[in-house]
Amino acid sequence: MSALPPPFSDWFAARGWQVHPHQRALLARAGEPALLLLAPTGGGKTLAGFLPTLVELADGRHQGLHTLYISPLKALAADIRRNLSRPVEEMGLPVRIEDRTGDTSYQRRLRQRADPPHILLTTPESLALMLSYPDAARTFAGLSRVIVDEIHALAESKRGDQLMLCLARLQSLCPGLRRVGLSATVEDPEAIASFLAPHPAPCPIVAADPGPDPEISMLVTDEPPPWSGGGGRYAIPAILNEVRGHRTTLIFHNTRAQAEIFFHDLWLQNEDALPIAIHHGSLAREARLKVEAAMVAGSLRAIVCTGSLDLGIDWGDVDLVIQVGAPKNVKRLVQRIGRANHRYNAPSKALLVPANRWEVVECAAALAAVRARDLDGEPRGPGPKDVLCQHILIAACAAPFEADALFAEVTAAGPYATLTRAEFDACLDFCATGGYALKAYDKWQRLVLKGGHWQLRDPRAAQMIRMNVGTITSSELLTVALKARFGAKPLGEVEEAFAASLTPGDTFLIGGEVVRYEGLRELTVEVSRERGREPKVAVFSGTKFSTSTELCARMLAIMAEPDWPDLPAHTADWLRLQRERSDLPRDGELLIESFPAEGREYVCIYGFAGRNAQQTLGLLMTKRMEEEGLHPLGFVATDYATLIWGLDPVTDPAPLFDLARLRAGLEDWLAGNAVMKRTFRNVAIVAGLTPRNHPGQRKSGRQATFSTDILYDTLRKYDPDHLMLKVTREEAMRGMVDFARIEALINRTGARIRTRRLDHATPFAAPLFFEVGKVPVFGAARERLLEEAAERLMAEAGLSGPKAGG
Amino acid sequence: MKDMGGFDFDLQGARLTALPSGALYWAAEAIVTVSDLHLGRSERYARRGGALIPPYETSDTLSRLDADLDRTGARTVICLGDSFDDLAASALPEADALWLARMQAGRRWVWIEGNHDPGPVDLGGAHLAAVTIGPLTFRHIALDGAAGEISGHYHPKVRLAGQARPAFLTDGNRAILPAYGTYTGGMEATHPDLRGLFEAGALAILTGSRCVPCPLSR
Repeated sequence: MSALPPPFSDWFAARGWQVHPHQRALLARAGEPALLLLAPTGGGKTLAGFLPTLVELADGRHQGLHTLYISPLKALAADIRRNLSRPVEEMGLPVRIEDRTGDTSYQRRLRQRADPPHILLTTPESLALMLSYPDAARTFAGLSRVIVDEIHALAESKRGDQLMLCLARLQSLCPGLRRVGLSATVEDPEAIASFLAPHPAPCPIVAADPGPDPEISMLVTDEPPPWSGGGGRYAIPAILNEVRGHRTTLIFHNTRAQAEIFFHDLWLQNEDALPIAIHHGSLAREARLKVEAAMVAGSLRAIVCTGSLDLGIDWGDVDLVIQVGAPKNVKRLVQRIGRANHRYNAPSKALLVPANRWEVVECAAALAAVRARDLDGEPRGPGPKDVLCQHILIAACAAPFEADALFAEVTAAGPYATLTRAEFDACLDFCATGGYALKAYDKWQRLVLKGGHWQLRDPRAAQMIRMNVGTITSSELLTVALKARFGAKPLGEVEEAFAASLTPGDTFLIGGEVVRYEGLRELTVEVSRERGREPKVAVFSGTKFSTSTELCARMLAIMAEPDWPDLPAHTADWLRLQRERSDLPRDGELLIESFPAEGREYVCIYGFAGRNAQQTLGLLMTKRMEEEGLHPLGFVATDYATLIWGLDPVTDPAPLFDLARLRAGLEDWLAGNAVMKRTFRNVAIVAGLTPRNHPGQRKSGRQATFSTDILYDTLRKYDPDHLMLKVTREEAMRGMVDFARIEALINRTGARIRTRRLDHATPFAAPLFFEVGKVPVFGAARERLLEEAAERLMAEAGLSGPKAGG
Repeated sequence: MKDMGGFDFDLQGARLTALPSGALYWAAEAIVTVSDLHLGRSERYARRGGALIPPYETSDTLSRLDADLDRTGARTVICLGDSFDDLAASALPEADALWLARMQAGRRWVWIEGNHDPGPVDLGGAHLAAVTIGPLTFRHIALDGAAGEISGHYHPKVRLAGQARPAFLTDGNRAILPAYGTYTGGMEATHPDLRGLFEAGALAILTGSRCVPCPLSR
């Protein structure tokens, strides 16, 4: 491609814009079946992706859908539609652009299936749903290009695996389909190219100039950060100062709950009444749209946000990014930083605000990594089978299929390129019969084979399968809305478990305002506005990322230094105090402290293996302690350490921490624990073993629904080799259990354990006492405490008469 | 008799024992009462084109019931309704039907009808809306103002020390049994529908490895 066609070159020229080399490259290579573009934020990625489409559509001859654009975020789809409509209108191109997400009305979605636009902007879930209808072939007839935006983010999750399966399906429907992936800078572009490639065909990579280094530093505050916790409340005055000194500031938080609390506190201290808004995925659509519109209009000075603004939504004139809380992962930090100065080849400006003392060290490590352009990344294994099971069910909803054809199609998807026929058949058998050792469902199979084609036995099943499309398995969410007499305005969503914990009169934060719980009506949490009261905070169990291996290694390296001139004085002092009182963790050995405090006995293990692996370590250790009769009661894990408490002292933890024995017993121990049950729940929902909600059942509620824990226990007891248990184990090993990092910890430290028995909590251990997310251990100690609590209540109520009998 | 980990309480002069499994034992009459077995739930889901959940709940529930009958030597068994997830589900697989027949042999067996199974089933035993034995009446759903009543239906569960467990609820007038079936959920005992059925001073008896009593209102 040497020159742009006239309307395009004129349009660029009229704006004094130049076409970037990578935009030109994508246009020149528009005929390639697959391409991956790597470009920094602000590099005109999206336009690069769309230019070939606009050029091809310019003559107005194309009928029906031409390009499908898929982004991980609903907001991104809407934003792209706005940004794309401008050049299209200004050049007078005969191009119809629409978006389609979970927010799109039913009528509109129906119409889009019958009469699709030229360019449809959507999400992986909406695409999967469209493919589940029998008219999919007609909807996608003529489709020529697919653009997958933010593919680096999608490639990290099951949503991406599902999307690649959907692309394989589309490729069968439209054999000439070309695909383009748009990615931020990543450490291993080959992995993403292989993820996107229509196997066995390759996916070449186009890399744009990565741009200048960002200006990034730690925010210096008068007040030192607290010992533990998140949120960064202490830094609010300093952050407000920064907001005053910039045009538009994005203030990122790692979780929605933290964003809510921070926004509330920020507003209380915002004496100049700077226009500051909040944006996250749990807010009502109306609220999100309002904030987005205000951003585009440039009327906001700051936005408190979470990952929902992580991805390249191109709006506003952001000149500062503030990351509150440790970034956990250098790659994501770099992408967030890129949000500032959203102009190509201008350095971004960013500030890190550690939320506590531990995070100061992590932020220092992250700064060093960013300067060294040292991105981290943990490789992902092959595509998970629960996603494949859902894909098979969706295929059956659309039309009867042949197993051979579907297998061939599925293995053209990058994540499933190495899938064996036996693995595929096991998934198909699960979808058809349940795959149980006991063949109970001869009559009631979900899929039946007729004339060589698999199809749904009961067409009614399609409705439930469609309701369960998607791989995001957050807890059930309930809408929060003002009571009818206050306007019935929807405010956002909270988790069902949180709603269940509320009693009328309780207050909580949503969308930055304090509301009072009035009651539950059907599936809506009704609230009224409540001013001037301390809120009981909404709990969103947002994804908790583990600090990457790379960052943990850098933290250990910092601790190995003789002194710390580059760290803030308060943190350097804290490290020195820990070295004096106990010891500093170092690479190549494992530091374990043991001490009494507040009537309990504690053990603290400094593994630096990331939150998930430290959590697993807690499970393994407490299990060993239970066996040894040490009455463990619970533990809490952070990215750096695990703190365990119990009734009996652990004076010599080394034999307990026999690494070989821990490793050998891992399988057994994991089987019955809560992490496995939580993983099983996700797998069971994605694979269609259990619906995320039965139509009409949740209203009548309680007795009808039972926990997936029961299904897990039943399978373990009667069908231990069942596919769902295997999938659960695979997922847990690389996800919440993070077995790989425990292995790495074992390899890193060998069996070298350094033990310190102390009289009281150490400078490093003390902050862990205030961590949230404590995990109880259901052993003998707990049974003892439950009986004691019951006896106490019985005595108080004067009911201590009858004694256990039978 | 060996310790079964149960808890004794009195209802209209009858001494009853709550068992850790969720069964109620009346030693004087050698009666074991269980409620809400929901046998055949997996089959019902599958039949209706829903998910194919593990088909093991019927044999799991029966094996626990078998163990309770064995332990207590019960001569009468009363199933308090919702014994089957629906009437069609009462057509049990042959092995389970035979197992049930073995348990019924030499025992009086009463199926109380529930909202899930409101009609006769093609299995041995008497089928009744309710049955009265001595001072006690057995029915599926508690009636207002009843005295000496044993019922089920609500699947009560109680939270204590951070754990939720199926529980018996009793106040000297009536007792409500926890659900016995493997595939059953629960309703918080604090729910007004349940709480309103009991006088002040009512007791919850938590099931588990042993029965643990605690006040219903705290």
